[in-house]
Amino acid sequence: MAEVNTGDGGGGHGKHDKKRAKKASTRIDMTPMVDLAFLLLTFFVLTSTFNKAKTMEINFPAKLPPTAKPPRINNAITFLLTREGAETKENGIYYYYGEFYGPNNKDGKPATTFTKTDFSKEGLHKVLLDRNKPTIDALNALEERYKKKEIADTTYKRLALAEKGKKDALTVLIKADDKAVYKNIVDAIDELNICNVGKYAIVDMGQAELDILNAVKKK
Amino acid sequence: MPKIKMPKSNPSLDMTPMVDLAFLLVTFFMLTASVRVSEPVVVDSPSSTSEKLLPDNVILVTVDNKGRAFYNINNGEVRMKTLEQMGKQYKVDFTEKEKKRFAGMTSFGVPIAQLKQYINMEDPERLKVKSPGVPLDSLHNELGDWIQFGRIEAARQAKAQKDKAEKAGRTFKYEPMRFAIKADGEANYIAVKEVIKVFTDKDIYRFNLITNLEQGDKK
Repeated sequence: MAEVNTGDGGGGHGKHDKKRAKKASTRIDMTPMVDLAFLLLTFFVLTSTFNKAKTMEINFPAKLPPTAKPPRINNAITFLLTREGAETKENGIYYYYGEFYGPNNKDGKPATTFTKTDFSKEGLHKVLLDRNKPTIDALNALEERYKKKEIADTTYKRLALAEKGKKDALTVLIKADDKAVYKNIVDAIDELNICNVGKYAIVDMGQAELDILNAVKKK
Repeated sequence: MPKIKMPKSNPSLDMTPMVDLAFLLVTFFMLTASVRVSEPVVVDSPSSTSEKLLPDNVILVTVDNKGRAFYNINNGEVRMKTLEQMGKQYKVDFTEKEKKRFAGMTSFGVPIAQLKQYINMEDPERLKVKSPGVPLDSLHNELGDWIQFGRIEAARQAKAQKDKAEKAGRTFKYEPMRFAIKADGEANYIAVKEVIKVFTDKDIYRFNLITNLEQGDKK
Protein backbone atom coordinates (compact mmCIF):
# COMPACT_ATOMS: atom_id res chain seq x y z
CA MET A 1 0.00 0.00 0.00
CA ALA A 2 2.88 2.32 -0.59
CA GLU A 3 0.88 4.24 -3.12
CA VAL A 4 -1.55 5.61 -0.60
CA ASN A 5 1.22 7.30 1.24
CA THR A 6 0.18 10.93 1.43
CA GLY A 7 3.53 11.97 2.73
CA ASP A 8 2.38 13.72 5.89
CA GLY A 9 5.52 14.48 7.79
CA GLY A 10 7.21 11.19 7.10
CA GLY A 11 10.65 12.53 7.90
CA GLY A 12 12.45 9.23 7.73
CA HIS A 13 12.05 8.53 4.03
CA GLY A 14 15.04 9.99 2.36
CA LYS A 15 13.91 9.39 -1.19
CA HIS A 16 10.39 10.75 -0.77
CA ASP A 17 11.57 13.79 1.11
CA LYS A 18 11.03 16.31 -1.60
CA LYS A 19 9.80 19.84 -1.39
CA ARG A 20 7.03 19.21 -3.93
CA ALA A 21 4.07 17.26 -2.55
CA LYS A 22 3.93 13.88 -4.19
CA LYS A 23 0.84 13.28 -6.27
CA ALA A 24 -0.93 10.53 -4.42
CA SER A 25 -2.28 7.67 -6.45
CA THR A 26 -5.94 6.88 -5.89
CA ARG A 27 -5.45 3.27 -6.84
CA ILE A 28 -5.03 0.72 -4.16
CA ASP A 29 -3.28 -2.51 -4.83
CA MET A 30 -6.08 -4.99 -4.43
CA THR A 31 -4.10 -8.13 -5.11
CA PRO A 32 -3.77 -9.36 -1.50
CA MET A 33 -7.44 -8.75 -0.87
CA VAL A 34 -8.40 -10.62 -4.02
CA ASP A 35 -6.09 -13.45 -3.02
CA LEU A 36 -7.84 -13.69 0.29
CA ALA A 37 -11.27 -13.46 -1.28
CA PHE A 38 -10.52 -16.31 -3.64
CA LEU A 39 -8.96 -18.36 -0.93
CA LEU A 40 -12.12 -18.03 1.13
CA LEU A 41 -14.26 -18.66 -1.89
CA THR A 42 -12.43 -21.86 -2.67
CA PHE A 43 -12.70 -22.97 0.92
CA PHE A 44 -16.43 -22.43 1.12
CA VAL A 45 -17.11 -23.95 -2.26
CA LEU A 46 -15.22 -27.08 -1.35
CA THR A 47 -16.56 -27.51 2.16
CA SER A 48 -20.21 -26.66 1.66
CA THR A 49 -22.65 -29.46 1.20
CA PHE A 50 -25.98 -28.70 -0.31
CA ASN A 51 -27.81 -31.95 -0.03
CA LYS A 52 -29.99 -32.02 3.00
CA ALA A 53 -30.72 -35.49 4.25
CA LYS A 54 -33.57 -37.24 2.50
CA THR A 55 -36.00 -39.30 4.45
CA MET A 56 -38.47 -42.02 3.96
CA GLU A 57 -41.58 -41.88 6.07
CA ILE A 58 -42.85 -45.08 7.54
CA ASN A 59 -45.64 -45.93 9.93
CA PHE A 60 -45.49 -48.88 12.23
CA PRO A 61 -48.64 -50.65 13.35
CA ALA A 62 -49.84 -49.61 16.77
CA LYS A 63 -49.79 -52.23 19.45
CA LEU A 64 -52.96 -54.24 19.50
CA PRO A 65 -54.71 -54.85 22.77
CA PRO A 66 -54.03 -58.46 23.78
CA THR A 67 -57.67 -59.43 23.23
CA ALA A 68 -57.82 -58.16 19.65
CA LYS A 69 -57.77 -60.62 16.78
CA PRO A 70 -55.11 -60.13 14.16
CA PRO A 71 -56.66 -58.50 11.09
CA ARG A 72 -57.51 -60.71 8.14
CA ILE A 73 -55.54 -59.95 5.05
CA ASN A 74 -57.07 -60.67 1.69
CA ASN A 75 -54.40 -60.19 -0.90
CA ALA A 76 -51.06 -60.60 0.75
CA ILE A 77 -47.51 -61.25 -0.21
CA THR A 78 -44.85 -61.83 2.40
CA PHE A 79 -41.19 -61.10 1.87
CA LEU A 80 -38.60 -62.75 4.02
CA LEU A 81 -35.27 -61.01 4.21
CA THR A 82 -32.05 -62.65 5.26
CA ARG A 83 -28.44 -63.13 4.32
CA GLU A 84 -27.27 -66.17 2.49
CA GLY A 85 -24.64 -68.45 3.95
CA ALA A 86 -22.57 -67.91 7.04
CA GLU A 87 -19.71 -65.82 5.68
CA THR A 88 -20.91 -64.37 2.40
CA LYS A 89 -22.60 -61.02 2.29
CA GLU A 90 -25.15 -61.94 -0.28
CA ASN A 91 -28.61 -60.59 0.38
CA GLY A 92 -31.36 -63.12 0.31
CA ILE A 93 -35.01 -62.41 -0.27
CA TYR A 94 -37.79 -64.99 -0.42
CA TYR A 95 -41.51 -64.59 -0.81
CA TYR A 96 -44.80 -66.41 -0.66
CA TYR A 97 -48.38 -65.45 -1.39
CA GLY A 98 -51.30 -65.51 1.00
CA GLU A 99 -51.29 -67.00 4.43
CA PHE A 100 -48.56 -69.12 5.87
CA TYR A 101 -49.16 -72.79 6.53
CA GLY A 102 -46.47 -74.65 8.32
CA PRO A 103 -45.74 -78.32 7.74
CA ASN A 104 -48.39 -80.58 9.32
CA ASN A 105 -50.77 -77.71 10.00
CA LYS A 106 -54.14 -78.54 11.51
CA ASP A 107 -56.09 -77.12 8.56
CA GLY A 108 -54.66 -79.83 6.36
CA LYS A 109 -53.34 -77.30 3.86
CA PRO A 110 -50.11 -77.99 1.96
CA ALA A 111 -47.10 -76.39 3.56
CA THR A 112 -46.06 -73.02 2.15
CA THR A 113 -43.03 -73.03 -0.05
CA PHE A 114 -40.78 -70.01 -0.41
CA THR A 115 -39.69 -68.67 -3.76
CA LYS A 116 -36.32 -67.02 -4.04
CA THR A 117 -35.94 -63.67 -5.74
CA ASP A 118 -33.49 -60.77 -5.62
CA PHE A 119 -33.42 -56.99 -5.43
CA SER A 120 -32.87 -56.50 -9.14
CA LYS A 121 -35.33 -55.15 -11.67
CA GLU A 122 -36.19 -58.66 -12.80
CA GLY A 123 -36.70 -59.90 -9.26
CA LEU A 124 -38.60 -58.07 -6.57
CA HIS A 125 -39.68 -55.27 -8.88
CA LYS A 126 -41.28 -57.63 -11.35
CA VAL A 127 -43.03 -59.70 -8.70
CA LEU A 128 -44.56 -56.57 -7.21
CA LEU A 129 -45.61 -55.14 -10.56
CA ASP A 130 -47.36 -58.37 -11.49
CA ARG A 131 -49.16 -58.71 -8.18
CA ASN A 132 -50.08 -55.06 -7.91
CA LYS A 133 -51.30 -54.71 -11.48
CA PRO A 134 -54.94 -53.78 -10.71
CA THR A 135 -53.84 -50.92 -8.45
CA ILE A 136 -51.18 -49.68 -10.83
CA ASP A 137 -53.65 -49.75 -13.74
CA ALA A 138 -56.22 -47.86 -11.71
CA LEU A 139 -53.61 -45.29 -10.71
CA ASN A 140 -52.50 -44.84 -14.30
CA ALA A 141 -56.11 -44.30 -15.36
CA LEU A 142 -56.47 -41.70 -12.63
CA GLU A 143 -53.30 -39.96 -13.74
CA GLU A 144 -54.60 -39.91 -17.28
CA ARG A 145 -57.76 -38.18 -16.14
CA TYR A 146 -55.74 -35.76 -14.07
CA LYS A 147 -53.53 -34.89 -17.03
CA LYS A 148 -56.62 -34.24 -19.14
CA LYS A 149 -57.75 -31.84 -16.40
CA GLU A 150 -60.86 -33.88 -15.73
CA ILE A 151 -60.17 -33.96 -12.00
CA ALA A 152 -58.52 -31.43 -9.71
CA ASP A 153 -55.20 -32.26 -8.11
CA THR A 154 -56.64 -32.57 -4.60
CA THR A 155 -59.24 -35.00 -5.89
CA TYR A 156 -56.54 -36.86 -7.74
CA LYS A 157 -54.43 -37.22 -4.62
CA ARG A 158 -57.40 -38.33 -2.56
CA LEU A 159 -58.52 -40.88 -5.14
CA ALA A 160 -54.98 -42.21 -5.58
CA LEU A 161 -54.67 -42.67 -1.84
CA ALA A 162 -58.06 -44.38 -1.69
CA GLU A 163 -57.04 -46.66 -4.54
CA LYS A 164 -53.88 -47.73 -2.76
CA GLY A 165 -55.75 -48.34 0.47
CA LYS A 166 -58.58 -50.41 -1.03
CA LYS A 167 -59.61 -53.48 0.82
CA ASP A 168 -58.48 -55.87 -1.88
CA ALA A 169 -55.33 -53.93 -2.75
CA LEU A 170 -52.07 -55.78 -2.35
CA THR A 171 -50.78 -55.94 1.19
CA VAL A 172 -47.12 -56.60 1.71
CA LEU A 173 -45.60 -57.98 4.86
CA ILE A 174 -41.90 -57.66 5.36
CA LYS A 175 -40.25 -60.03 7.75
CA ALA A 176 -36.58 -60.07 8.51
CA ASP A 177 -34.52 -62.55 10.44
CA ASP A 178 -31.58 -61.73 12.69
CA LYS A 179 -29.08 -61.97 9.82
CA ALA A 180 -30.74 -59.31 7.68
CA VAL A 181 -29.23 -55.86 7.50
CA TYR A 182 -31.02 -52.55 7.60
CA LYS A 183 -30.19 -51.83 3.97
CA ASN A 184 -32.34 -54.77 2.83
CA ILE A 185 -35.36 -53.37 4.63
CA VAL A 186 -34.88 -49.93 3.13
CA ASP A 187 -34.43 -51.41 -0.34
CA ALA A 188 -37.58 -53.45 0.04
CA ILE A 189 -39.66 -50.49 1.26
CA ASP A 190 -38.24 -48.36 -1.50
CA GLU A 191 -39.32 -50.92 -4.06
CA LEU A 192 -42.81 -50.94 -2.56
CA ASN A 193 -43.02 -47.19 -2.92
CA ILE A 194 -41.89 -47.40 -6.52
CA CYS A 195 -44.50 -50.05 -7.26
CA ASN A 196 -47.27 -48.03 -5.59
CA VAL A 197 -47.99 -50.49 -2.84
CA GLY A 198 -49.96 -48.54 -0.27
CA LYS A 199 -50.32 -51.15 2.41
CA TYR A 200 -47.24 -52.67 3.93
CA ALA A 201 -45.91 -53.46 7.34
CA ILE A 202 -42.74 -54.72 8.91
CA VAL A 203 -43.61 -57.58 11.19
CA ASP A 204 -41.79 -60.22 13.18
CA MET A 205 -40.99 -63.55 11.67
CA GLY A 206 -42.59 -66.61 13.18
CA GLN A 207 -40.52 -69.56 14.34
CA ALA A 208 -42.04 -71.91 11.75
CA GLU A 209 -41.18 -69.51 8.95
CA LEU A 210 -37.66 -69.09 10.26
CA ASP A 211 -37.17 -72.85 10.30
CA ILE A 212 -38.24 -73.22 6.68
CA LEU A 213 -36.15 -70.22 5.68
CA ASN A 214 -33.06 -71.66 7.30
CA ALA A 215 -33.67 -74.96 5.53
CA VAL A 216 -34.13 -73.28 2.14
CA LYS A 217 -31.29 -70.78 2.09
CA LYS A 218 -27.69 -71.51 1.28
CA LYS A 219 -25.58 -72.77 4.10
CA MET B 1 4.75 7.54 -43.56
CA PRO B 2 3.77 8.40 -40.11
CA LYS B 3 4.74 5.99 -37.47
CA ILE B 4 1.90 4.01 -36.00
CA LYS B 5 1.67 4.96 -32.40
CA MET B 6 0.88 1.99 -30.32
CA PRO B 7 -1.27 3.02 -27.39
CA LYS B 8 0.64 2.47 -24.24
CA SER B 9 -1.42 -0.09 -22.40
CA ASN B 10 -1.59 -0.09 -18.69
CA PRO B 11 -0.38 -3.46 -17.44
CA SER B 12 -2.58 -3.40 -14.37
CA LEU B 13 -6.15 -4.19 -15.31
CA ASP B 14 -9.24 -3.22 -13.44
CA MET B 15 -10.04 -6.00 -11.08
CA THR B 16 -13.04 -4.39 -9.42
CA PRO B 17 -15.79 -6.43 -11.12
CA MET B 18 -13.95 -9.64 -10.44
CA VAL B 19 -13.46 -8.71 -6.82
CA ASP B 20 -17.11 -7.79 -6.57
CA LEU B 21 -18.09 -11.17 -7.88
CA ALA B 22 -15.61 -12.98 -5.68
CA PHE B 23 -16.94 -11.29 -2.58
CA LEU B 24 -20.50 -11.87 -3.61
CA LEU B 25 -19.80 -15.57 -3.90
CA VAL B 26 -17.86 -15.62 -0.65
CA THR B 27 -20.76 -13.96 1.12
CA PHE B 28 -23.22 -16.37 -0.44
CA PHE B 29 -21.28 -19.46 0.53
CA MET B 30 -20.56 -18.16 4.00
CA LEU B 31 -24.21 -17.49 4.66
CA THR B 32 -25.50 -20.73 3.20
CA ALA B 33 -22.86 -22.92 4.79
CA SER B 34 -23.97 -24.60 7.95
CA VAL B 35 -21.46 -25.48 10.55
CA ARG B 36 -20.99 -29.16 10.48
CA VAL B 37 -20.07 -30.51 13.82
CA SER B 38 -18.14 -33.70 13.70
CA GLU B 39 -20.31 -36.60 14.71
CA PRO B 40 -18.94 -39.22 17.06
CA VAL B 41 -19.79 -41.90 14.54
CA VAL B 42 -19.83 -42.12 10.78
CA VAL B 43 -22.91 -43.73 9.33
CA ASP B 44 -23.32 -44.78 5.75
CA SER B 45 -27.07 -44.64 5.28
CA PRO B 46 -28.65 -46.70 2.52
CA SER B 47 -30.04 -45.05 -0.58
CA SER B 48 -33.63 -44.76 -1.66
CA THR B 49 -35.64 -42.94 -4.28
CA SER B 50 -37.49 -40.88 -1.69
CA GLU B 51 -37.08 -37.16 -2.21
CA LYS B 52 -38.67 -35.96 1.00
CA LEU B 53 -36.51 -33.63 3.01
CA LEU B 54 -35.85 -34.18 6.65
CA PRO B 55 -37.92 -31.79 8.80
CA ASP B 56 -35.97 -29.46 11.07
CA ASN B 57 -37.64 -30.38 14.28
CA VAL B 58 -36.46 -33.92 14.91
CA ILE B 59 -35.24 -36.27 17.56
CA LEU B 60 -32.63 -38.29 15.79
CA VAL B 61 -31.43 -41.71 16.80
CA THR B 62 -28.42 -42.95 14.92
CA VAL B 63 -27.59 -46.63 14.76
CA ASP B 64 -24.12 -47.49 13.56
CA ASN B 65 -22.97 -50.71 11.94
CA LYS B 66 -22.10 -52.25 15.30
CA GLY B 67 -25.59 -51.61 16.57
CA ARG B 68 -24.76 -48.79 18.98
CA ALA B 69 -27.41 -46.11 19.41
CA PHE B 70 -26.69 -42.38 19.46
CA TYR B 71 -29.15 -39.72 20.45
CA ASN B 72 -29.53 -36.17 19.19
CA ILE B 73 -31.95 -33.26 19.29
CA ASN B 74 -30.91 -30.36 17.14
CA ASN B 75 -32.70 -27.68 19.12
CA GLY B 76 -30.21 -26.37 21.70
CA GLU B 77 -32.76 -25.07 24.17
CA VAL B 78 -34.72 -28.29 24.20
CA ARG B 79 -31.45 -30.18 24.59
CA MET B 80 -30.62 -28.25 27.73
CA LYS B 81 -34.03 -28.82 29.26
CA THR B 82 -33.92 -32.49 28.35
CA LEU B 83 -30.55 -32.88 30.02
CA GLU B 84 -31.95 -31.19 33.13
CA GLN B 85 -34.86 -33.64 33.27
CA MET B 86 -32.60 -36.61 32.65
CA GLY B 87 -30.29 -35.39 35.41
CA LYS B 88 -33.22 -35.27 37.81
CA GLN B 89 -34.37 -38.72 36.80
CA TYR B 90 -30.97 -40.37 37.11
CA LYS B 91 -29.71 -38.27 40.04
CA VAL B 92 -26.84 -36.68 38.16
CA ASP B 93 -26.22 -33.00 38.78
CA PHE B 94 -25.26 -30.96 35.78
CA THR B 95 -23.92 -27.45 36.27
CA GLU B 96 -25.14 -24.54 34.16
CA LYS B 97 -21.87 -24.57 32.30
CA GLU B 98 -22.21 -28.23 31.44
CA LYS B 99 -25.76 -27.70 30.23
CA LYS B 100 -24.61 -24.90 27.99
CA ARG B 101 -21.84 -27.03 26.59
CA PHE B 102 -24.25 -29.87 26.04
CA ALA B 103 -26.63 -27.59 24.13
CA GLY B 104 -23.96 -26.94 21.55
CA MET B 105 -22.97 -30.55 21.14
CA THR B 106 -24.08 -33.06 18.58
CA SER B 107 -25.24 -36.65 18.94
CA PHE B 108 -23.75 -38.69 21.74
CA GLY B 109 -23.68 -42.34 22.60
CA VAL B 110 -22.73 -42.66 26.25
CA PRO B 111 -24.78 -43.75 29.26
CA ILE B 112 -25.90 -40.92 31.51
CA ALA B 113 -23.43 -41.95 34.21
CA GLN B 114 -20.55 -41.11 31.87
CA LEU B 115 -22.21 -38.13 30.27
CA LYS B 116 -20.85 -35.57 32.75
CA GLN B 117 -17.30 -36.60 32.00
CA TYR B 118 -18.07 -36.74 28.29
CA ILE B 119 -19.44 -33.19 28.27
CA ASN B 120 -16.40 -31.84 30.07
CA MET B 121 -13.96 -33.22 27.51
CA GLU B 122 -12.41 -31.01 24.92
CA ASP B 123 -13.65 -31.54 21.38
CA PRO B 124 -10.70 -33.42 19.85
CA GLU B 125 -10.50 -35.63 22.90
CA ARG B 126 -14.23 -36.33 22.76
CA LEU B 127 -13.96 -37.60 19.21
CA LYS B 128 -11.43 -40.18 20.27
CA VAL B 129 -13.71 -41.67 22.91
CA LYS B 130 -15.17 -45.02 22.02
CA SER B 131 -18.85 -44.52 22.74
CA PRO B 132 -20.63 -47.59 24.02
CA GLY B 133 -23.98 -46.29 22.76
CA VAL B 134 -26.98 -45.11 24.73
CA PRO B 135 -28.31 -48.09 26.72
CA LEU B 136 -31.73 -49.22 25.54
CA ASP B 137 -32.33 -52.59 27.10
CA SER B 138 -35.40 -53.01 29.25
CA LEU B 139 -33.46 -52.61 32.53
CA HIS B 140 -31.65 -49.41 31.60
CA ASN B 141 -33.83 -47.89 28.98
CA GLU B 142 -32.08 -44.56 28.93
CA LEU B 143 -32.81 -44.03 25.27
CA GLY B 144 -36.52 -44.30 25.99
CA ASP B 145 -36.22 -41.65 28.70
CA TRP B 146 -34.20 -39.37 26.46
CA ILE B 147 -36.88 -39.65 23.81
CA GLN B 148 -39.69 -39.12 26.28
CA PHE B 149 -38.14 -36.07 27.94
CA GLY B 150 -37.04 -34.63 24.63
CA ARG B 151 -40.56 -34.91 23.38
CA ILE B 152 -42.06 -33.31 26.48
CA GLU B 153 -39.60 -30.44 26.47
CA ALA B 154 -40.11 -29.84 22.76
CA ALA B 155 -43.85 -29.69 23.29
CA ARG B 156 -43.36 -27.33 26.22
CA GLN B 157 -41.20 -25.03 24.15
CA ALA B 158 -43.69 -25.08 21.29
CA LYS B 159 -46.46 -24.18 23.77
CA ALA B 160 -44.42 -21.25 25.11
CA GLN B 161 -43.75 -20.01 21.61
CA LYS B 162 -47.41 -20.34 20.74
CA ASP B 163 -48.48 -18.33 23.79
CA LYS B 164 -45.93 -15.66 22.99
CA ALA B 165 -47.04 -15.47 19.38
CA GLU B 166 -50.69 -15.26 20.37
CA LYS B 167 -49.98 -12.48 22.83
CA ALA B 168 -48.27 -10.56 20.07
CA GLY B 169 -51.27 -11.24 17.84
CA ARG B 170 -49.39 -13.42 15.42
CA THR B 171 -50.34 -16.87 14.31
CA PHE B 172 -48.03 -19.66 15.29
CA LYS B 173 -47.52 -22.61 13.05
CA TYR B 174 -46.96 -25.62 15.19
CA GLU B 175 -44.63 -28.19 13.80
CA PRO B 176 -44.80 -31.42 15.71
CA MET B 177 -41.61 -33.14 16.72
CA ARG B 178 -40.66 -35.82 14.25
CA PHE B 179 -38.64 -38.90 15.02
CA ALA B 180 -35.87 -39.88 12.70
CA ILE B 181 -33.77 -42.99 12.58
CA LYS B 182 -30.49 -42.88 10.77
CA ALA B 183 -29.00 -46.30 10.55
CA ASP B 184 -26.01 -47.66 8.75
CA GLY B 185 -26.84 -49.81 5.74
CA GLU B 186 -24.82 -52.64 7.23
CA ALA B 187 -26.39 -52.36 10.67
CA ASN B 188 -28.07 -55.53 11.77
CA TYR B 189 -31.81 -55.31 11.44
CA ILE B 190 -32.27 -56.52 15.01
CA ALA B 191 -30.38 -53.49 16.34
CA VAL B 192 -32.64 -51.18 14.38
CA LYS B 193 -35.67 -53.13 15.53
CA GLU B 194 -34.65 -52.63 19.14
CA VAL B 195 -34.55 -48.87 18.58
CA ILE B 196 -37.93 -48.94 16.85
CA LYS B 197 -39.30 -50.92 19.77
CA VAL B 198 -38.14 -48.19 22.16
CA PHE B 199 -40.13 -45.71 20.10
CA THR B 200 -43.25 -47.85 19.79
CA ASP B 201 -43.17 -48.46 23.54
CA LYS B 202 -43.55 -44.70 23.87
CA ASP B 203 -46.49 -44.81 21.45
CA ILE B 204 -44.54 -43.30 18.60
CA TYR B 205 -45.37 -45.11 15.40
CA ARG B 206 -44.32 -42.76 12.67
CA PHE B 207 -40.70 -42.44 11.71
CA ASN B 208 -38.50 -40.80 9.20
CA LEU B 209 -35.84 -43.18 8.02
CA ILE B 210 -32.91 -41.18 6.76
CA THR B 211 -31.60 -42.28 3.40
CA ASN B 212 -29.40 -40.92 0.67
CA LEU B 213 -30.88 -40.06 -2.64
CA GLU B 214 -30.26 -42.89 -5.05
CA GLN B 215 -28.05 -42.11 -8.00
CA GLY B 216 -29.54 -42.97 -11.36
CA ASP B 217 -33.17 -43.80 -11.86
CA LYS B 218 -34.57 -47.11 -10.92
CA LYS B 219 -38.03 -46.47 -12.28
